[in-house]
Amino acid sequence: MIQLTINGLQASFEKGTTLLEAARFLGFPIPTLCHMEGLSPYGACRLCVVQIGDGPGAKLVSSCTYPVEEGIRVRTASSRVIRARRMIIELLLASCPQSKVIQDLASEHGVRQQRFRQEHETCILCGLCVRMCEEQMAAGAIGFRGRGEHRTIGTPFDITSEKCRQCGGCIYVCPTCQLRCTYTAPEKAICGGCANLQPPCLEKERFDDMMCFMEPCVACEIKKN
Amino acid sequence: MNPSVHTDSKPHEEGRAGSLIASLEEIQARYGYLPQKALLDLHKRTGSSLVDIYGVATFYRAFSLKPRGKHLISVCLGTACHVNRAPVVAREVERLLNVKAGETTADREFTLETVNCLGACALGPVVVVDGHYFPAVTTSRVGDILQSARVGLNNVKVETDERVFPLEVSCARCNHSLMDPTHPIDGHPSIRVTVSFDNQHGWTALSCLYGSYNVASEYEIPDDTVVNMFCPHCHAELLGGGSCMECGSPMVPMIVRSGGIVQICTRRGCLGHMLDLSGAIVH
Ligand code: SF4
Ligand code: SF4
Ligand code: FES
Ligand code: FES
Repeated sequence: MIQLTINGLQASFEKGTTLLEAARFLGFPIPTLCHMEGLSPYGACRLCVVQIGDGPGAKLVSSCTYPVEEGIRVRTASSRVIRARRMIIELLLASCPQSKVIQDLASEHGVRQQRFRQEHETCILCGLCVRMCEEQMAAGAIGFRGRGEHRTIGTPFDITSEKCRQCGGCIYVCPTCQLRCTYTAPEKAICGGCANLQPPCLEKERFDDMMCFMEPCVACEIKKN
Repeated sequence: MNPSVHTDSKPHEEGRAGSLIASLEEIQARYGYLPQKALLDLHKRTGSSLVDIYGVATFYRAFSLKPRGKHLISVCLGTACHVNRAPVVAREVERLLNVKAGETTADREFTLETVNCLGACALGPVVVVDGHYFPAVTTSRVGDILQSARVGLNNVKVETDERVFPLEVSCARCNHSLMDPTHPIDGHPSIRVTVSFDNQHGWTALSCLYGSYNVASEYEIPDDTVVNMFCPHCHAELLGGGSCMECGSPMVPMIVRSGGIVQICTRRGCLGHMLDLSGAIVH
């Protein structure tokens, strides 16, 4: 067993447990994006950062890939961690504002601005689909190709894979395949609508044909009646 | 598992992790690029997943999935070359060859690629044609460089060519200089090593000019012989280079005095060599 301190709480864990598992076991929430139970940890999104140590020597690590270590002092919500997390969400927003998952993270973590050049990528390279396909669907049909800014997901040679059995697992786990509500301003980097007390759709005349994930939506119900 | 299953495959194709790159290098050395069929064969033969093979093949710049031209032109767009107007040079090459970076001309003569730093920043903008370094390239020189590539860079006249430059090398083990001023080749001190092959053991002097392939030997080395090279001072075998990109034979590393490493192929007649000046101190 390995002894460590998480947010001041001493606990011991089996060797090989990750910091994420340990913290969640103790009830400390850590947001994740590229992590999914049943898939191997990959450490792509860095959203799950936690701080090890204190003061200037402290380091930020991704908790989903970091195994518990004897005697370390972990903080899951220090001001540095919060700042780093917000920045990561802002960067994610810069690449994929149309993703509902990312928009939800933004409103959950109080991210109210996006200061980077706006892209509209269809993929954040979290690798969930690749791991899903290989580890759960045992197909290995898709993978990463290229590198750097040319990195993409797809089948080898871009030809229809013989291995893919069209199970849809890859689409199911993809955070950018879940589209956000784009009703009020599709071009805006942050929708934030659902986090507002008064959803912006209330001010609009037509409301029932919009793309909204708040179902059943209180606002819609009120208007309908 | 039946161990005899793999006996007819090459040792590095036994599916060990890390053997994939070696297999890909071999395919690339054979065809000059990675044909789709060869990758599919590799997948069938070794059982490694096609996704991994394709991922690795597209990850490394050294691999190409498209056939390459006879001559490879690399224009450096690294930071130092970039501020020295390398993008203009790259555009000029694109204009003259009528291809974009990463493409091959229709007549399969030239492949143009851009690279990010060749480790010779002080010489920027650097253009490398078939392994020959052209320093401080300007747009007006691009035409000449392409022309000389067409003519063939490997039969250059050493005295008149600024593309070849002398190197001073030493043994990677004992750091003793390998330069031999008493036996000049091409008008410069030669690089002296001990070679052994087929029960013969004697000295060989290599030209120290990078780009020249002149050699003098105590014993005549037949073409295609792969030799072992030793330091004449500490008598250690010169080992630890990679394998030759041209023919796959082992390469021998030597330390370049000003910093960096040069590697030469040990097969007589092979022109494979590599210069890595990334550690170079420029005065
Ligand atoms: S649909 Fe095809 S590519 Fe996607 S997870 Fe299933 S098998 Fe893999
Ligand atoms: S396609 Fe979706 S799941 Fe796959 S890496 Fe991109 S964002 Fe992640
Ligand atoms: S959840 Fe840990 S890096 Fe993405
Ligand atoms: S930037 Fe061109 S050689 Fe370094």
